[in-house]
Amino acid sequence: MRLRVDWRASAALVGTVVKWLSVPLLAPLAVSLYYGDGGVAAFVVTILVASGVGAGMERLGDVEDLGTREGFLMVAVTWLAVSLVGALPYLVTAHGIPGVAAATAPGSTLANPANALFESMSGFTTTGATVLGDISFDTHSHGILLWRQLTQWLGGMGIVVLAVAILPELSVGGAQLMDAEAPGPGIQKLTPRIAETARALWLAYAGITAVEVLLLYGLHHAGYAPNMGLYNAVAHGFTTMATGGFSPEARSIEAFSGVVQWVIVPFMFAAGTNFALIWQALTGDLDALFDDPEFRFYVGVVGTFTALLTGLLFTGPTLDVVVGPVAGEAEASLRHAAFQAVSIITTTGYASMDFAQWGESAKYVLFLALFVGGSAGSTGGAVKMVRWLVILKSLKRELFTTVHPEAVQPVRLGGRALDEQGIRGIYAFTAVYFALFAFATVFVALDGTRIQETLSAIEVMSAVAATLGNVGPGFGMVGPMGSYLVFTDASKLVMVGLMWVGRLEVLPVLVLFTRTYWQG
Amino acid sequence: MRILIVGAGEVGSSIAGSLADSHEVVVVDCDPDRVESIQYSEDVLGVTGDGTNLDVLAEADVAAADFVIAVTNDEETNLIICATAKTKSDAFTIARVEQTNYLDTWEAHEGAFGVDFLVCTNLLAAQTIVRIVGLPSAHDVDPFADGRVEMAEFDVPEDSPISGQTVAEADRFDELTFVAVVPAGTENAQIADGDTVIEAGARVVVVGLPQTVREFARTLCNGDKLDEAEDVVVVGGSKTGELTAKLLVERGLSPRMVEVDATRARELAEQVPRATILSHDGTDPEFLTREHVQDADVVVATLGSDERSLLAALLAKRVGATRAIAVVDQPRYVELFEAVGVDVAVNPREVTAEEITRFTRERRAENVAIVGSGGAEVLEVEIDDESVLAGRTIQDGIGDLPEGVVLGAITRGDDLVTPRGDTVVKVGDHVVAFARADAIEEVTSKL
Repeated sequence: MRLRVDWRASAALVGTVVKWLSVPLLAPLAVSLYYGDGGVAAFVVTILVASGVGAGMERLGDVEDLGTREGFLMVAVTWLAVSLVGALPYLVTAHGIPGVAAATAPGSTLANPANALFESMSGFTTTGATVLGDISFDTHSHGILLWRQLTQWLGGMGIVVLAVAILPELSVGGAQLMDAEAPGPGIQKLTPRIAETARALWLAYAGITAVEVLLLYGLHHAGYAPNMGLYNAVAHGFTTMATGGFSPEARSIEAFSGVVQWVIVPFMFAAGTNFALIWQALTGDLDALFDDPEFRFYVGVVGTFTALLTGLLFTGPTLDVVVGPVAGEAEASLRHAAFQAVSIITTTGYASMDFAQWGESAKYVLFLALFVGGSAGSTGGAVKMVRWLVILKSLKRELFTTVHPEAVQPVRLGGRALDEQGIRGIYAFTAVYFALFAFATVFVALDGTRIQETLSAIEVMSAVAATLGNVGPGFGMVGPMGSYLVFTDASKLVMVGLMWVGRLEVLPVLVLFTRTYWQG
Repeated sequence: MRILIVGAGEVGSSIAGSLADSHEVVVVDCDPDRVESIQYSEDVLGVTGDGTNLDVLAEADVAAADFVIAVTNDEETNLIICATAKTKSDAFTIARVEQTNYLDTWEAHEGAFGVDFLVCTNLLAAQTIVRIVGLPSAHDVDPFADGRVEMAEFDVPEDSPISGQTVAEADRFDELTFVAVVPAGTENAQIADGDTVIEAGARVVVVGLPQTVREFARTLCNGDKLDEAEDVVVVGGSKTGELTAKLLVERGLSPRMVEVDATRARELAEQVPRATILSHDGTDPEFLTREHVQDADVVVATLGSDERSLLAALLAKRVGATRAIAVVDQPRYVELFEAVGVDVAVNPREVTAEEITRFTRERRAENVAIVGSGGAEVLEVEIDDESVLAGRTIQDGIGDLPEGVVLGAITRGDDLVTPRGDTVVKVGDHVVAFARADAIEEVTSKL
């Protein structure tokens, strides 16, 4: 049997990315040095492994000629590889290295390799589902908790996009690589050169992150956010713009004041917006943003969910929660409704209160939001606005053609007619997405009979939807204040797979499992 | 004047025919047979050769030409001919194209392609159709003075309140003038004076404000069908059909289009968003009934072939559509179409010829519409110092004009002045006048 895929070229390119991963690892290393928290050994080891393994893989082949197939393989394997390397610091701090360094976090739940990989994949894919157990500086070092935040920031705009922006050898095939990685159907070139497009996207992303960090830190100095020090400001900047959801605070954003929560909402909203449009708006073309049909739809959907949840919270039952009364309080109802609506729709996964304790009706509304997703070209996950919009419009067309069978009616998006192939792709994606959701739910439910706790249907479904859609928290035990520790290793590994295929939008990964991909 | 026409097809021959009487016309064409036949049928000089070739143009003495009219079948060739002619001549160049994209470029950048005046056949035909759609029962509608005045031709039905009346009796509107009557069975327009009797079946030509023309149309039809057409079906997705649908959309209508070719239907659906495109054979009666074409106010047949357009228009009438308009490429079919039941047959070549005539006549005649096939015209002229009417009342001035002329309307700035005997015509006024074929030359030079 002869392979038709030049896997060596793909592997060599993955090696390059892995090698360069040692650069961002310097940041948590510096933090660990600053705090003297003993995490230094973990990062030094990881940097050595990353550069060693990366350099080794680079020798496997020549990246000169990277075809479409090699591109898919490279993108899929890159995400798996960086997640494996990213899990190393967690394992090293939990186990130590015999004779070199002692374990600094011996009681960590991340001693289990499945947990470490889950946490790392959840980080890079900006899911935000955690198995960390005790999230505090008592158990974990500042360096490790910052690395956890940083993985989300790196994964947010996309590791491959970053690679295309920085590595000159990717300038030719870069568009197709970004296409395989970018959220939503197709990418939008902003400049003739793809590397410049990738740089523009990362620049906008980094710039907005910096603005948020400064604002949050400013609030701290102004006295509105006593616990939002520089460390927390940076940590939350990293995971807001990435629609990640990790927080070094066990109580997520609930730990901060109402002002901080209000400030984070627009940044989550921006993170769920198409960055190409943000770039155009920043460079003076505001109409490009406000005339965009997907953006308008996005605003409408977020507004509708917020209004619905505000009503339900305001009139809902009095909750026994730490944030104080919500029902009957207009500002609190609006704030928590808007925060949760934006957080879940954009697949960020932050929580300003424990929404797992909400009334049933509000919870089901939020459950629905798990499937919506941000805009195409944003850092958000799940199905995405543009797909829902196209599906709604093409269903409307189906109804019309039922009455007029001869009618020819293209589906239009902002005046532009979509080609039928693209619409078919969107239907295929959505069908596969829900099929995966259904099968994985059944698997996790059956597998869940091996554990002591009884999992409710909404717990299992929300866990699967939240990992597949890169959202993070679900309901019940996997709620925003809970964790995914209850599941068996098998279920966790399935979820690792869900996060992986969910981030890469299913089809580019699934194609690797077909015979024709490798042979035909 | 010396006029060089390149392309001796339908349009070229028709323009040559109407200009040969009063101008020196040279016709260039690649086909020796065509050149020979036009030399016999019209009083013109023929040159055989490729009009894009400078030697051929030199042979036709392009340097001495006042006008170069490029009307071959190929639009790109027409543009090249103009550009080529400009290298050796200061002639005013006129080109005919079919695609609107060339027209867009030309309108945006004066003198593009070396063309001084660009005529888009498909657009002209579409504009004519849309004007007719907008005026129920009208046969032809042409705008003058930037649309402030309209000329319209109507057939007088049997049951019309004005049939059998004299023009003086029928003229109940201040802002409307009867300029000509074409009696039933003839093609020669006659000057309408107060005593002319309008028989049923005759065709009347009126000039007036658009809304007055509309009111007149209602009176004419006894108040029937007075609503403006709303439900329009365009059968056939030819370029003219597409432009017609686009113009209808611009007027706020949502036309339906029928195109049998699936790929073309898809293209149309992308190009004309507000129209409903149906991909089916427009000559299938079962389909027409299923899609309720019988309820349509107007059916426009633009299938790209005269025979198929005729069939589609007649079928639409048969299933019950109120009016049918068909595009006819062959000028000689126009009469036949209207005789067998098509309400209006629009000939793109005729409208193209009208448009081109506008520039080859004395340049001050700004706008021309041809009435009937007898050669009578309605034309628009801006009055200058040398005009016989300048500063005089119509009563005084009209005596210096030939007999076969009627002043239909005068516009002064944005206002309409209804021409009466004591009306004083000022310099700068636009006069819309009807002129019989024999009077045209004299009228254009004296006005």
